[in-house]
Amino acid sequence: MIITVASGKGGTGKTTISVNLALSLNNVQLLDCDVEEPNCDLFIKSNIIEKKDVFTLVPEINKEKCIFCKKCTQLCEYNAIVVLEDKSFLIKEMCHGCGVCSYFCPEHAIIEQKKHIGVIEKGEKLGLQIITGKLDIGEVMAPFVIKEVKKNINKNQINILDASPGTSCSVVASIIDTDYVILVTEPTPFGLHDLQLAVDLLRSMNILFGVVVNKSDIGDNKVFDYCEKENISILLTIPFKKEISQYYAQGISMVESNSSYKEMFKNLYEKILKQIGNK
Amino acid sequence: MKLAITSDGIDLDAIVSSRFGRAKNFIIVNIDTMDFKCVENIQSINSVSGAGIQAAQIVANEKVDVVITGNCGPKAFKVLESANIKLIVNAGGSIKELIEKYKNGELKITEMPNVKGHWI
Repeated sequence: MIITVASGKGGTGKTTISVNLALSLNNVQLLDCDVEEPNCDLFIKSNIIEKKDVFTLVPEINKEKCIFCKKCTQLCEYNAIVVLEDKSFLIKEMCHGCGVCSYFCPEHAIIEQKKHIGVIEKGEKLGLQIITGKLDIGEVMAPFVIKEVKKNINKNQINILDASPGTSCSVVASIIDTDYVILVTEPTPFGLHDLQLAVDLLRSMNILFGVVVNKSDIGDNKVFDYCEKENISILLTIPFKKEISQYYAQGISMVESNSSYKEMFKNLYEKILKQIGNK
Repeated sequence: MKLAITSDGIDLDAIVSSRFGRAKNFIIVNIDTMDFKCVENIQSINSVSGAGIQAAQIVANEKVDVVITGNCGPKAFKVLESANIKLIVNAGGSIKELIEKYKNGELKITEMPNVKGHWI
């Protein structure tokens, strides 16, 4: 089972849902795919048992061999290679590491070099395994690191993936090939607007999903109206509570602060299973 | 002496475009003879990313000396600089007016990009 926790808007409570769901179920693995700002382990505080470096390949042009034929620049989908009359160079931050330039260079003037872009940390705490992807500062190719995180998915466990906010490549890389997506939102105009974008994305990818409304008693009713109109199931509502925020700020999860919350998250999981079963 | 001026139009009466990377066309003018031609920037417009990088290579290919446009970001600027092409930004008005202003020395060459890089 692979469940991804996503949202449109940031700061709606993806990490809260991921962490608390993971802590409320058995045989779970938590995978932090928000590699630009991974924060699940702030709440788990695991013992790191393994670290693995993530590399991508970037081209390097051999200036002696380059004949400025422009083949590479014509083929590069991202305009990462510049070829002028008597100069050629790479604009590193544009490169997606696809390798097409070196593959097609007729002079074999482009070789690919390994470049460090992040790390994967594996941790463990009281039987819960947590895999955290961390993108290096200044790097942009988050999907590479996310794919490395997802290589740790164990089909015999419940895998809970914490995605990044928005609807960008990173989110697509996280939610692709997952069984179910929990969209976390809040009942505000921004929450609704970005939820709609996320719903469009999931529908276009044909992935089953439901909504969790966090801080459900603030704002307005439009998120609820929208979900009803669109026939989207609301899996859980969590009213705003100052004490939840206070514990959060100390790195203490909801279920750790009050174990009776576990029932709420178990119930959430049951609803997901039911929705998958009904399909 | 060749200028490349960004524009959505096709001749000297057209207005300069504020965009460099995704401008529709480049009006390439030889200011000594006033001969001009319109070079399409369609390849850059259709780029997923790096339109400015692509556009800079197109004008470099045309062997222009100076680019006149509205805005230019750091990556396109780097390519223009590498190709020894001078850049004038914040330009307004018609191509004709800009050529006159350039000839009269009223336009200032910029030493740096005037907008930040954009990813989309």
